[in-house]
Amino acid sequence: MTTLTRSEVLGRVQEVLVDALGVDDDEVSENATLTDDLGAESIDFLDIVFRLEKSFEIKISKGELFPDDILSNPDFVVDGNLTEQGVNELKRSMPHADFGDFESNPDVSKVPGLFTVKTIVNYVETKLSAA
Amino acid sequence: MRWVWIDKFVAFESGSHGSAVKNVSLAEEQLENHFPGYPVMPPSLMIEGMAQTAGILVGEARGFGENVILAKIRSARIDRYAVPGDQIRYDAKIESIDKAAAATSGTISINGEPAGTVDLMFSHVNKSMQAAGLPDHNFVFTEQFMQLFHSIKDPATAG
Repeated sequence: MTTLTRSEVLGRVQEVLVDALGVDDDEVSENATLTDDLGAESIDFLDIVFRLEKSFEIKISKGELFPDDILSNPDFVVDGNLTEQGVNELKRSMPHADFGDFESNPDVSKVPGLFTVKTIVNYVETKLSAA
Repeated sequence: MRWVWIDKFVAFESGSHGSAVKNVSLAEEQLENHFPGYPVMPPSLMIEGMAQTAGILVGEARGFGENVILAKIRSARIDRYAVPGDQIRYDAKIESIDKAAAATSGTISINGEPAGTVDLMFSHVNKSMQAAGLPDHNFVFTEQFMQLFHSIKDPATAG
C-alpha cells in the first residue's frame, strides 16, 4: 500500500466517521470526542472498526482500538475510579491516546473522552507503519 | 399476523450473500391503512424484509449459535413504492463479520427494477452476554425463520 500522509489518514478517518455517525464534515475536528461531540453509541464503535478495516485494508482485533474489558475488571476500577494498575493497563492498551491530565483524576466517566478523532488517526498511522 | 416479511430465499451462498423475495398482496393487513385508498408497502417493512434476509445470512454464517439482533441501520434509501401484485427482491451481502457483530449491504428491487439500498449492522447475542430481561433461548431463529432458511437448502421440505 502507498504510504499515506497524516492528513490523508485524517481525511479518510473523517469520511468513516461522517458515514458511521451521520455527522457533518466540519464537526469531525481532530479533538472531537466520539461520544460527547459526535454522539457515538456502543454499536457505533463496532461500525467504526468495520469501516476502518475496509477503508485502510487493515485488520483490527477485538479491543485493540477501543479496549472493552478494562473497565469491567474489579482490579482496575474501585469506587468509580481507575486504580493505578488500571491506569497503567489502559495506557498500555491505548498507546495511541492522549491521556493529558487524566491520571490526576482517573474517573471512569472520563474514559470515553479519551476516544477522539486524533486517537483513531494515531492508531491507524501506527497500524499502517507496522504493516 | 406473522412477523415474516420475506416469502422465500431464491439464492444463498453461505457466509457471503443471499437473496429473498416477497410478493405484495392486497390481502395483507398493513396495506389497509397504508394508505386508505392508496395501498403501498411501507418502506419501514421493506427495511425489515432486508433485515430478515441479511439476519438469516449472518446467523447461518455462525451456525445459528447466537441471537442475531438488528443493531443499527447504517443507511437506508427506498426510491420506489411497491404496490399489490409487485414482487420485492432483497439481495444482501455480508461486508464484515466477527464474534461481536456483522455489517451487511443490500439492494432492493421491485419487479426487477432497482428500488433502493439498505445497509445494516447486527449484534450477536449469546447466553453469556445476554442482557437482562432477554429470554435465554434463541428467540430470533424460531421455527418460522428456520423454515425459510430450509426453503433454499431443501425446497421439498419447506413449510
